[in-house]
Amino acid sequence: MDKKNIRNFSIIAHIDHGKSTLADRFIQYTGLVSVREFRDQILDSMDLERERGITIKSHTITLPYRSEDGTEYSLNLIDTPGHVDFSYEVSRALASCEGVLLLVDASQGVQAQTLSNLYMAMEHDLTIIPVINKIDLPSADVEMVREQMDRELGLAPESAVLSSAKEGIGIEEILRAIVERIPAPRGDAENPLSALIFDARYDPFRGVIVSCRVLDGTIRQGDLIRFMSTQRTYKVEEVGVFRLNREARKHLSSGEVGYMIAGIKTVSDTRIGDTITLDSRPVPVPLPGFKEVKPVVFSSLYPISSEDYETLSVALEKYKLNDAALVYQKDSSAALGQGFRCGFLGLLHLEIVQERLEREYDLAFIMTVPSVQYRFTLGDGKVLTVDNPQYYPDPGAIEKAEEPFIRATIFTPERYLGAVMKLCMERRGTDARFNSPAPGRLEIIYDMPLAEVIVDFHDKLKSITQGYGSLDYELLGYRESNLVKLDFLVNGEKVDALSLIVHQDRAREWAVQVCERLKEEIPRHQFKIAIQGAIGGKIISRSTVSPFRKDVTAKCYGGDITRKRKLLEKQKKGKKRMKMVGAVSIPQSAFVAVLKADHE
Amino acid sequence: MSDPGLYVHVPFCRSKCAYCGFVSQTGLAAVPSWLKALEKEASLYKDVFGAFDTLFIGGGTPTVLLPSQLDSLAECLFRELPFKQPVEFTVEANPDDLDTGTLAVLKDIGVNRLSLGIQSLEEKELAFLGRRHSVRQAERALELAARSGFGSLSADLIYGLPGQTLSDWLETLKRVLAFEPDHLSCYQLTVERHTPLGRMVADKKVKKARAKQERELFLATSQFLERESYLHYEISNFARPGHLCRHNLKYWNRSPYLGLGPSAHSFEGDARWWNTPSVRSYCLRLSHGLAPVRGKEILSQEKRIMESLLLGFRTMQGIEIDMVREVSGLDSRMCHLLDNGLIVVREGRIIPTREGFLYADGLPLLFT
Repeated sequence: MDKKNIRNFSIIAHIDHGKSTLADRFIQYTGLVSVREFRDQILDSMDLERERGITIKSHTITLPYRSEDGTEYSLNLIDTPGHVDFSYEVSRALASCEGVLLLVDASQGVQAQTLSNLYMAMEHDLTIIPVINKIDLPSADVEMVREQMDRELGLAPESAVLSSAKEGIGIEEILRAIVERIPAPRGDAENPLSALIFDARYDPFRGVIVSCRVLDGTIRQGDLIRFMSTQRTYKVEEVGVFRLNREARKHLSSGEVGYMIAGIKTVSDTRIGDTITLDSRPVPVPLPGFKEVKPVVFSSLYPISSEDYETLSVALEKYKLNDAALVYQKDSSAALGQGFRCGFLGLLHLEIVQERLEREYDLAFIMTVPSVQYRFTLGDGKVLTVDNPQYYPDPGAIEKAEEPFIRATIFTPERYLGAVMKLCMERRGTDARFNSPAPGRLEIIYDMPLAEVIVDFHDKLKSITQGYGSLDYELLGYRESNLVKLDFLVNGEKVDALSLIVHQDRAREWAVQVCERLKEEIPRHQFKIAIQGAIGGKIISRSTVSPFRKDVTAKCYGGDITRKRKLLEKQKKGKKRMKMVGAVSIPQSAFVAVLKADHE
Repeated sequence: MSDPGLYVHVPFCRSKCAYCGFVSQTGLAAVPSWLKALEKEASLYKDVFGAFDTLFIGGGTPTVLLPSQLDSLAECLFRELPFKQPVEFTVEANPDDLDTGTLAVLKDIGVNRLSLGIQSLEEKELAFLGRRHSVRQAERALELAARSGFGSLSADLIYGLPGQTLSDWLETLKRVLAFEPDHLSCYQLTVERHTPLGRMVADKKVKKARAKQERELFLATSQFLERESYLHYEISNFARPGHLCRHNLKYWNRSPYLGLGPSAHSFEGDARWWNTPSVRSYCLRLSHGLAPVRGKEILSQEKRIMESLLLGFRTMQGIEIDMVREVSGLDSRMCHLLDNGLIVVREGRIIPTREGFLYADGLPLLFT
């Protein structure tokens, strides 16, 4: 297709502002799919995404569109993941576009997440088409949103298109705006090939399907291509575009968006943001903006039953085929046995991996409290990076301890200022700054340790702001900190998988909270169970699970032994979901519960 | 393997007690056909088991049978099945049925162990339990039985009733001990769902005793009776030395046994099977020459171990230490059980203590 008839765009939106619904409308409107075949949220194919209403992996689609004057266009909608953990992936998707739709809920206005993605779009010099969605809602306040766009975002309020994706209002106007306002891609099909990888997923039959945007040159079946970051070469088996399914083409040329299959075995062999070029005629420099994504949150996975170690190993391996961001290595715990230490992009990423392993591989495992990566400078000058409390160095040898800090940007209605500040201060936030981007709304910026945010900060923020608060953050780097290692003992036995590295000032609070939480989660036993929190050898918190008083039935029903035995067998099965630590059965839920926000 | 035991289930009662979950019916008209069916059933097992050295006629209420029926029942059993002397021959009896005539017949057919369903010596409690007899009848039955000179006299008692205090219960025990029974079965009241009592509890008309109270009663019972020279040889059973119930021990030791009658269970080799609970179906099947077996299972090694554990921990014999296989954390759990005085290890056996008996249902899970 002629470049001038191609438009590449993304949708920037806050969770629940209607991105998926709008994408669905486009698909319907452009006739890609009949209403009958139409599934509610066709782009979000994974259950998990549908449940959480978040797009985790982006799905790209090429929409055919005929304008009023009869010109045929190809509109490439490049979908982006909608969570702070995946901001790098978002940036690469945006780098593949010439424009974005800024989708804002007419009743809620702009949220923090939207804003950070919008800034990103502005940095890429993309055309921005504001869309005020959900105008059918009784609580819609179009004027408020227009004013916010004007004051806060510097966008011309009259440029906004009004829509209700749910009701199908404004869809044609949006499509027309895309064609009219977003520039056609530039580049030259005759130049050396440079194509940007913005997504990769694994297909069990074809290997890795790479999503890419061709900036210059042409990519054809049979070409020998090279990934510039890894310098590895592959032979192209197939190129094509994304319709509802993949549609093969002879080639993808400058300006086009599509897929490439080249016998790549795992997504880990690809790097989002990498440049694809021709081996025989490479570009001299790769496209800008490439980064190796690095995990920031770490947690260990242990199978409940040690026999399941192999199964877990295989499941991780398979899962990893489709998630390059997950890193893992073998790990072992005195309390929990063999397992894996995993690194994640953030807490959501962690939860996604956890749920998918449980759901798709039917595995029962324990996940330890997530940790960030700490840095310790020892007396001898050696610098240790520690993401696993098990490897906390000898406190006597530590010269300097550092932890990663972030800049947290919180959007909230003014009335929650007090509560938000209190939360941020509890979480060791410093350097508070405030902006008032719109009447009644505040942008609150704090510098905060990442460790304080990864566990339950987001849940807490949501609850104290009744769902109105939103959070975005960027990593700032390491800052010196006063850290201690907190251990937990169950009946005198240290459960190393429960250990935490925390700030000295927060240690007691954590210790008390975890002891209480464990007390609630560990069932009664035949004997008393002491739970203790300790720093070094010093006990700083404790709780007790009292023994149950009696567990015997008077009669064994004459000769009917079967009934009794079956009852025990059932209980035994239930116990399989528990981890034995010494004499104590600790349910899987206990390891999770220590992470959950306090009960109010 | 020790000799097999024979159990006969008499599924008849004059009336149903509020707490009882055993199979029995009050329609006594079916007794003759039941007797006939039982005779048939016994003949089916003529050559299956070795010689029995215990016979236990339970129920239900065996003493609802007429003397002539009791007589022909015993006659048929001894005729159809092999026995080996000395046979421990137990019959369960209710105080309201027990007169000198019945006692004479029982002695006559060879009963040497009488188990009396006393349950309580408080009128209020007897009424709550739905027993037919009065305190006076209970005491008279105990007195008559003691005088009749059965080899062993046992009394069944129930405690842990709503509102019952420790001193109420100990008072009852003392009054029963005055008749010098050789054996006592003291059952803590268990609320079964499909009984009148179960429904009363579900409807919140009756409140179950609290676990703490149950625990105290259990420990006090054990302590009191052991001081009176009774061995606490199973969760709910106490005996003077030499008077342990050999028949019941077979259940707990996993010795073979044959159960005849509706709902009766049998065990032989690695097989367990059980009869239909319906008296009608039982009689009908046998009248067509069919075994009245309702279900059967073959025990795997794993199931056998689970049984040995669950049964062993209910008795003062405990379990053989060799039976315990290495499972993760076992050593540490055993340390806790030892430290907390729930088990002791003696002569190669792990034996639950008095306190340990309280957890007999949970102990097997700690060892597997």
